Amino acid sequence: MKLRRSMLFLPGANAAMLSTAFVYKPDSIMFDLEDAVSLREKDAARLLVFHALQNPAYRDIETVVRINPLNTPFGLDDLEAVVRAGVDVVRLPKTDSAEDVWQLEKEVERIERAGGREVGSTRLMAAIESASGVVNALSIAKASPRLIGIALAGFDYVMDMQTERGDGTELFYARCAVLHAARAAGIDAFDVVYSDVNDEEGFLREVELIKRLGFNGKSLINPRQIELLHNAYAPTEEEVEYAGRVIAAAEAAERDGLGVIALNGKMIDAPIVNHARRTLQRAQASGTRQ
Amino acid sequence: MQILKQAIAGTLESSDLMVKVAPSADDALEVIVHSEVIKQFGAQIRKVVDDTLRQLDVRAGSIVIEDKGALDCVIRARVQTAVLRAADASQPNWEKLS
Amino acid sequence: MNALEQLHGQFPDLAHLRPFAGAHAASPHLADPERKAHRKLAASLEDAIAKTGLKNGMTISFHHAFREGDKVINLVVDTLARLGLRDLTLATSSLLNVNAPLIEHIKNGVITQIYTSGMRGKLAEAISNGLMERPVQIHSHGGRVHLLQSGELNIDVAFLGVPCCDEFGNANGAHGKSRCGSLGYAKVDAQFARQVVLLTDEIVGFPNVPVSISQDRVDYIVKIDEVGDPSRISVGAARVTSNPRELMIARFACDVIEHSGYFNQGFSLQTGSGAASTAATRFLEHRMLKKGITASYALGGITGSIVDLHKKGLIETLIDTQSFDTVAAESLAESPRHLEVSTNEYANPSSKGTYCDRVDVVILSALEIDCDFNVNVITGSDGVMRGASGGHCDVAAASNLTIVVAPLIRSRIPTVVRRVTTIVTPGESIDVLVTDHGIAVNPARPEVAERLRAAGLPLMDIDALYQRAVSLTGEPQPIAFTDKIVGVIRYRDGSVIDVVRQVQP
Repeated sequence: MKLRRSMLFLPGANAAMLSTAFVYKPDSIMFDLEDAVSLREKDAARLLVFHALQNPAYRDIETVVRINPLNTPFGLDDLEAVVRAGVDVVRLPKTDSAEDVWQLEKEVERIERAGGREVGSTRLMAAIESASGVVNALSIAKASPRLIGIALAGFDYVMDMQTERGDGTELFYARCAVLHAARAAGIDAFDVVYSDVNDEEGFLREVELIKRLGFNGKSLINPRQIELLHNAYAPTEEEVEYAGRVIAAAEAAERDGLGVIALNGKMIDAPIVNHARRTLQRAQASGTRQ
Repeated sequence: MQILKQAIAGTLESSDLMVKVAPSADDALEVIVHSEVIKQFGAQIRKVVDDTLRQLDVRAGSIVIEDKGALDCVIRARVQTAVLRAADASQPNWEKLS
Repeated sequence: MNALEQLHGQFPDLAHLRPFAGAHAASPHLADPERKAHRKLAASLEDAIAKTGLKNGMTISFHHAFREGDKVINLVVDTLARLGLRDLTLATSSLLNVNAPLIEHIKNGVITQIYTSGMRGKLAEAISNGLMERPVQIHSHGGRVHLLQSGELNIDVAFLGVPCCDEFGNANGAHGKSRCGSLGYAKVDAQFARQVVLLTDEIVGFPNVPVSISQDRVDYIVKIDEVGDPSRISVGAARVTSNPRELMIARFACDVIEHSGYFNQGFSLQTGSGAASTAATRFLEHRMLKKGITASYALGGITGSIVDLHKKGLIETLIDTQSFDTVAAESLAESPRHLEVSTNEYANPSSKGTYCDRVDVVILSALEIDCDFNVNVITGSDGVMRGASGGHCDVAAASNLTIVVAPLIRSRIPTVVRRVTTIVTPGESIDVLVTDHGIAVNPARPEVAERLRAAGLPLMDIDALYQRAVSLTGEPQPIAFTDKIVGVIRYRDGSVIDVVRQVQP
């Protein structure tokens, strides 16, 4: 299971950021060809990202590209470029229904065949940015086996809902709906960006909320947020210690061929073991919470 | 690929470069490279630019580079962008670009 | 026969003793009420220069506490040129971008030799390209005092800009409209120069307190319009950063400090002037609180972020040779445990006692560092001088743990190289290199490596860091130099550790 707490947004037209961003080691890096790129620079950003994806420096990190919607003049060219360049995940913006995913899937498969890439190796994620998208979240999440996750994108969504960003009340239903759809489909769920990079306290309050709700992670707009997020998601020493004992008990039960796992006389079931695995994975990645 | 008109790509920010492409009067290919790191990487930059132009089959034109310490992959992308813009190529052939 | 003749007769070796000739024979100014009080005040800079008797071929000196805001060096050298002086040796504690006008005075033969700890901008470029006949002598802050003490460097007249002084010359940098903070560099010049001229934009009532430069060292005082612009002290070198890469390097540096074995109650530290180094103090606060420890002192260039820890009680004493911003200058005026020290007390290797000898941890920056940990802070990888030796080799040699912080590459320029362009600080003085791509420990410090590894820090071999750098940038071509030596890098003990050659035009 791939750890996806932090997804760092990089404007696709920014050469300097593309040349260094891999050092920050987020769980995934998302090159943006959509909103962060002006209309005049769409072609330039596409080529920069096309070459960055092939740079060995990005080999050890999961790469995601947010393409322009397929109904714009840029979407298909974006897709051609990034699938051929070997992107790990294509992020589709403004996903309103399962049909949007199917259409993307069809094009991806065509390009994979044309470009000699293994069919199915390009993974997808869908960003949900409208009321329809939220209502259709479950069918979107289940639309393709290529999907690794769905993400809520707050900016367009709150406008569609005729409200604005505030303390999170405005996102309450959407967060719950997207999260439930992802979990029911067995894929990851990502929360919105927090745009005030200088407000560390506000950022951490929001991270605490979405972590408690159950999101895998969050989209980030500044590398400075990565360490804060990873630390907030890191387990405490007590949690790590307990998780270690759970895994040890599970391994002992497996070794002894027992159907039931017991720890300190209490029965432990599969969800607890899975939770313990996630705890240890986060500790392995970023240590314990500071 | 034929350079039909003037075009520019890139910026003058650190780690980037500006590429100016224009048709040449006498059908010759002229490449001029200015760089902040010309002493250490002049030959390497020139090689990347020449390779990229060859891949795009550019045989004539004036190519002026103002480099601010960009990595090779950025140089390639900026030269390609400028040439494609100058050639009015709407459908790039991705195989020739990698 | 009077008593004196008798004395001379009985003791011929006392024949030189003169008879009493009146109370003011040796101090005639005391007889004149006007001169008694105001005799040191010169009517103008030209007047002061004339009074010192400065001649062609002599040595003049300056300090650089105002850094990019300095108004004194250019003013004085312009005036000397106008007065027709030539063939002078310029001995400044350092030179910056602001000193580019000196180029003309070198061309005109006013300045023919330079001692400095560094150079930047157009001046550095011109000298690297062979502007001067004689090579520039580059020394460290501590090494400069050593050269003064050893007699190699003899200052005839020191021209020292001070933010305030009284008419007898009691001066400090803690007050006045141009307050710059510590006068740590100037104190040394005032001590060693044959004559001292103070330039100030604020003459205050006698006696001026505190006394950083004392009246018994001062010959003349000149009032000028402006000695410096304090808001430009922090331009260039000492920045507070929000750059995520610098912050990440700073965080790694703090990880190293925390687990190095030197992060104990009462430890002492110095953070250099680079962005990552300055930012490291931000992260130290949290770790000191968590471990429940405080530092005994912080040394060196003092920044606002160090002052902040001092105010919070986390650093007991500040030892200040150079105040890097207005917050530091203000603290020097206000905190009784913010101490102003000279570069002799700071870092001179032949001093009877320096604060750098007792530093536990120092964070320094680098333009280049090579696979043997040698550090270059003076030339860019294009061979052109653009930095300063500063206190780099001084503190690196003396401290218990020397950490160098630098991004692995700057645009396309690798920082970790096979061989530095110029050695300023020898690799034997460097213990840990922290980059944005990983941390390397000098193999000479296996116990430090062991502690860091035990704490789970990802250590890399410095050769692996070098390989990573060139895998991103490509292998740089070697720079072509001519044979002409344009700079001599003096180690802190006066020995020659390297030379800088003219870059091939």
